[in-house]
Amino acid sequence: MTAMGKAIPAPVGLLAELTHRCPLRCPYCSNPLELDRRADELDAAAWKDVFSQAAALGVLHAHLSGGEPAARRDLVEIVAHCAKVGLYTNLITSGIGLTGALVNELAEAGLDHAQLSIQDSEPESADRIAGYAGAFARKQAVAAWIAQAGLPLTVNAVIHRANVTRAGKMVELAVALGARRVEVAHTQYYGWGMVNRAVLMPSLAQAEAAIAEVETLRKVYAGVIVIDHVIPDYHARYPKACMGGWAKRGLNVTPSGKALPCHAAETIPGLAFWNVRDRSLEDIWMNSPAFNAFRGTDWMREPCRSCERKEIDYGGCRCQALALAGDAREADPVCHLSPHHDKVAGVAAAINACESLGQDGSGGEPDYVYRGMKLFEPAQ
Amino acid sequence: MTEAPRTGPSSKPRLPRGVRLKHDETRGEWLLLAPERVVKTDAIAVAILQRCDGIATFEAIVDDLAATFSADRARVESDVRALLEELAAKRMVDL
Repeated sequence: MTAMGKAIPAPVGLLAELTHRCPLRCPYCSNPLELDRRADELDAAAWKDVFSQAAALGVLHAHLSGGEPAARRDLVEIVAHCAKVGLYTNLITSGIGLTGALVNELAEAGLDHAQLSIQDSEPESADRIAGYAGAFARKQAVAAWIAQAGLPLTVNAVIHRANVTRAGKMVELAVALGARRVEVAHTQYYGWGMVNRAVLMPSLAQAEAAIAEVETLRKVYAGVIVIDHVIPDYHARYPKACMGGWAKRGLNVTPSGKALPCHAAETIPGLAFWNVRDRSLEDIWMNSPAFNAFRGTDWMREPCRSCERKEIDYGGCRCQALALAGDAREADPVCHLSPHHDKVAGVAAAINACESLGQDGSGGEPDYVYRGMKLFEPAQ
Repeated sequence: MTEAPRTGPSSKPRLPRGVRLKHDETRGEWLLLAPERVVKTDAIAVAILQRCDGIATFEAIVDDLAATFSADRARVESDVRALLEELAAKRMVDL
């Protein structure tokens, strides 16, 4: 129960970042700029305890993510435990690091579903975006192993300027890879995505063309593939209901055990994050100051406080409010009612202007800051 | 254009791997779990889905439900068809 006396619903999903290690270096990675080290990662016993607690707390979906979860040698052991405690277990993978034998072991251990990222439908561009030669070809093999193991597959495609003209082709690739579901998600600008925003953001015209193309395919492939479409919020009128509401439906646990209301929450200053090494998951979910900071609607300022949509979009994204309006308690500036909306509109307008000058990213190679450890390693 | 999936009398509907019917102790209700989806299911849907084992035909499922619940067969058939085709369109049931 909160101080207001309202019951806190049980979390539905737990996203476990088993490791931040990943062979890919995608410039829009949702991991924080400061990545956890291998030495700081929770061990298998600690993760198993987290999943036991999660199941008891009412979590239904366990999302095993990273980094690349296959970078952990104890992945099968962790999956088997999730299955044992009755969690619906979803592997979110780049595919790199998986082998046919490992996929079979994961299926036998009780994995329910696999989600494989693709970077583009064009091999050369895909490998450039991933920062990893041969990634595209390897992913084709991984998709086949997943199908052979009898596991249902979702393909996850992140859309940005370098592949925005091939959004439809990526859906078709997902169908060809045997996916039952595809997530087409326009890039969100947090962490590495924010660092690379100027080279990732498509123009409004490009985004709208991609959205229309994918929406058309929804009808074409009805009953063949389910399309989940995350459209870009910088061009929207209202913000997204980020995380379905802060600390309302799910939580993240980082490789070193910090429990977060969302993957970017650590960017918000002044929030203290409790660790699963020190506290029970239930204690964290119910009582952690970080989880209660923006739970419900009592924290809201205007224009959210009196807005009729406050229970629909919950004021949008707290991290985006911080990044663009300078304060996590403000309305998400994506909202046209936000006094800071001009900042979003300004970014979008600048991108649109670049496109009209012919700098649409379709020609030369984009100058990404690739995700990696190196940037932040202390000088030797 | 792909046709929307349809049931026939000899369809053998089943929940594919990756879709699970689960009684959730925390919330005290039956839920259908799928990738990124949680669907609340009422008692009728549960009775239907528990019979979708990939062995029983659509016809046999309807007969069984009509007998079990002493219900009008035509009504049962239309309810079962509506539920299964809706879930098949979401790829949560294979027909």
